[in-house]
Amino acid sequence: MKTDMRKILESKAMLTFIAILIAFVVGAVVLVIAGINPFVAYATLLRSIFGAPKYLAWSVVYATPLIFTGLSVAFSFRTGVFNIGAEGQFVVGTLAAACVGILVDLPAVLEIPLCLIAAVAAGAVWGIIVGYLKVKWGINEVLSMIMFNWIAYYLSNYMVNLPILHKEGGGEATKDIVDSAKIVFPKVITQALCPRTNAGIIFAVIAVIVIYLIIEKTTLGYKLKAVGFKRHAAEYAGIHVNKAIMTAMSISGALAGMAGALQLMGNSFRVPQFAGQEGYGFEGITVALIGASNPIGVFFAGLFYGAMKYGSMKLSIIDAPAEIVDIIMGTIVFCIAISHVFRITLKKKKTDKEESK
Amino acid sequence: MDVIMKNLGLIINATMISTPPLLFAALGSTFSERSGVVNIGIEGMMTIGAFAGAVAACFVNPWLAFLIAGLAGALFGLMHAIACISLHADQTISGTAINFLAPGVALFLAKAMFDGSTDTPALAVTQKLPKLFDEVFPVGSFGNNVFSAYASSYLVFVAVLIVWFVFYKTKLGLRIRAVGEHPKACDTLGVNVYGIRYFCVIISGFLSGLGGACVTMATMNQFRPTSIVGQGFIAIAAVIFGKFTPQGAMLACILFGICNGIKTVASAGNVVSPNLISMIPYVVTIIVLVLFVGKSRVPAANGKPYEKSR
Repeated sequence: MKTDMRKILESKAMLTFIAILIAFVVGAVVLVIAGINPFVAYATLLRSIFGAPKYLAWSVVYATPLIFTGLSVAFSFRTGVFNIGAEGQFVVGTLAAACVGILVDLPAVLEIPLCLIAAVAAGAVWGIIVGYLKVKWGINEVLSMIMFNWIAYYLSNYMVNLPILHKEGGGEATKDIVDSAKIVFPKVITQALCPRTNAGIIFAVIAVIVIYLIIEKTTLGYKLKAVGFKRHAAEYAGIHVNKAIMTAMSISGALAGMAGALQLMGNSFRVPQFAGQEGYGFEGITVALIGASNPIGVFFAGLFYGAMKYGSMKLSIIDAPAEIVDIIMGTIVFCIAISHVFRITLKKKKTDKEESK
Repeated sequence: MDVIMKNLGLIINATMISTPPLLFAALGSTFSERSGVVNIGIEGMMTIGAFAGAVAACFVNPWLAFLIAGLAGALFGLMHAIACISLHADQTISGTAINFLAPGVALFLAKAMFDGSTDTPALAVTQKLPKLFDEVFPVGSFGNNVFSAYASSYLVFVAVLIVWFVFYKTKLGLRIRAVGEHPKACDTLGVNVYGIRYFCVIISGFLSGLGGACVTMATMNQFRPTSIVGQGFIAIAAVIFGKFTPQGAMLACILFGICNGIKTVASAGNVVSPNLISMIPYVVTIIVLVLFVGKSRVPAANGKPYEKSR
């Protein structure tokens, strides 16, 4: 009985749960300091997520791109690469899908796959370039990914203003994508839920399963994990480390590109002129960490983050700053960062006990 | 000739405005990375510094406010240090957490303090960092553009000199570099590995905070949500680019600064899209790395928590 208890306490899911709990307590303290009743704030947050089917549907819409960027980062983590470049891959994905979605008008059966392929290809290329720079010239991937985030950012702002894509007199954004490129569900469903209820979440479920299978059940996944775990040992065992890194980067980039496409085709429909980085890539890092780099964990972490992001917008009703969600999210990640201390302490107690026997 | 001198002056002026925030943060990052602690939280530490400086400057002397900005950054540096050094946390994860926490705290406090506004009150000229040789040269002249920048623009180069001296001419510097390469050997020789690392990570927060304050107390005159958008990451990139040395980081930051300066001047002419010009520093960085610099050798113990054996 006692060992069962310990097993549960030691599991990653439990640690994440504890981290979330601590974070909400910290959030409450911050709210109290700011003179806001935390119970009222959290009740508002909960109500604006679970209060109506419409709200829940919105949360899912918000979660979809986060699940994908989370998967992207999680996949890279498994291979020992830190994909801080998901942000840029997301942007080029959006951009590629927007180009196809605005300039090409085909029936939906062709249009949608074409947009997605363009986005996935763009994201993958953005990832492969970084992988190639690392493999061929030994250029630090964190450095080049930061550079490529900004190149993507300015490329997007440049493209948005091209006459062929820009919307005349319609503010700082591109034209809307054609209707056949939108993946929003038919009216019957959107009227019952929210106006942007879309097929993105279905893609997300499929992606989670596929990535799970790749990591856990294929030779490719095994090779990638081996490279992530002990690079030199993997090389000694005959795995092409360079090839593995390139493969991992392309898959990771493709996932982030997909995130951009689905956000465009299911929710935003146009690419705006950016004033600052969108943040989906960076939020993906948080999602991957909360989900313990496990595809299924990432799925739920993405839903959690999406819901928090959507719910936080309504905190303005009670004059509470929406940034409390950032503080809570940051605290969760911080707790996860130091959580293994907790695990080690538990383990030490266990071994101490065994030794004393 | 006059036009060339004038434009050159403007470019130098713009360079001197955009370099200090990056360079302060990059110096901070150098400290942390060289001692073996990856600090991806520079961005967050800059943001909290930018906020603290802009708020403090409303009430106290600008130099005191500048110091407070540094201390605010140092506070998050301490947090990162506790997590990474004492608690052996994953350094990337802790840094990511700080990048969410610090801007969250800054914007939360801004809204709580200033009736829901994310911007802090605009600072008067006297509340900002002072300009050197103010009103000595005629407005718009070359001399005015080059020599009358904000004091922080000159101070940062003094800081580079100090950091260089500490790194290469003092015992402390030798220990910092050694701890980042082989903590165990240092420990055996009686060097306090934890102490050195704590010092470096806290200093990295302090310098990042100063860098952030350069934005809100010199470049701009208030804190806005868009004050710090990626400068911290560029600073980290500059450090890797500069091969983890203060002088290398300085050159890299000046490169980014000059590109920024050219952009500011060139986009006024409206000939080329400012967005394409903005891309230049990042593309140039990659090209320079491929052609000239190549591998940047990361300190051997970078990113690895050190656990004392008992």
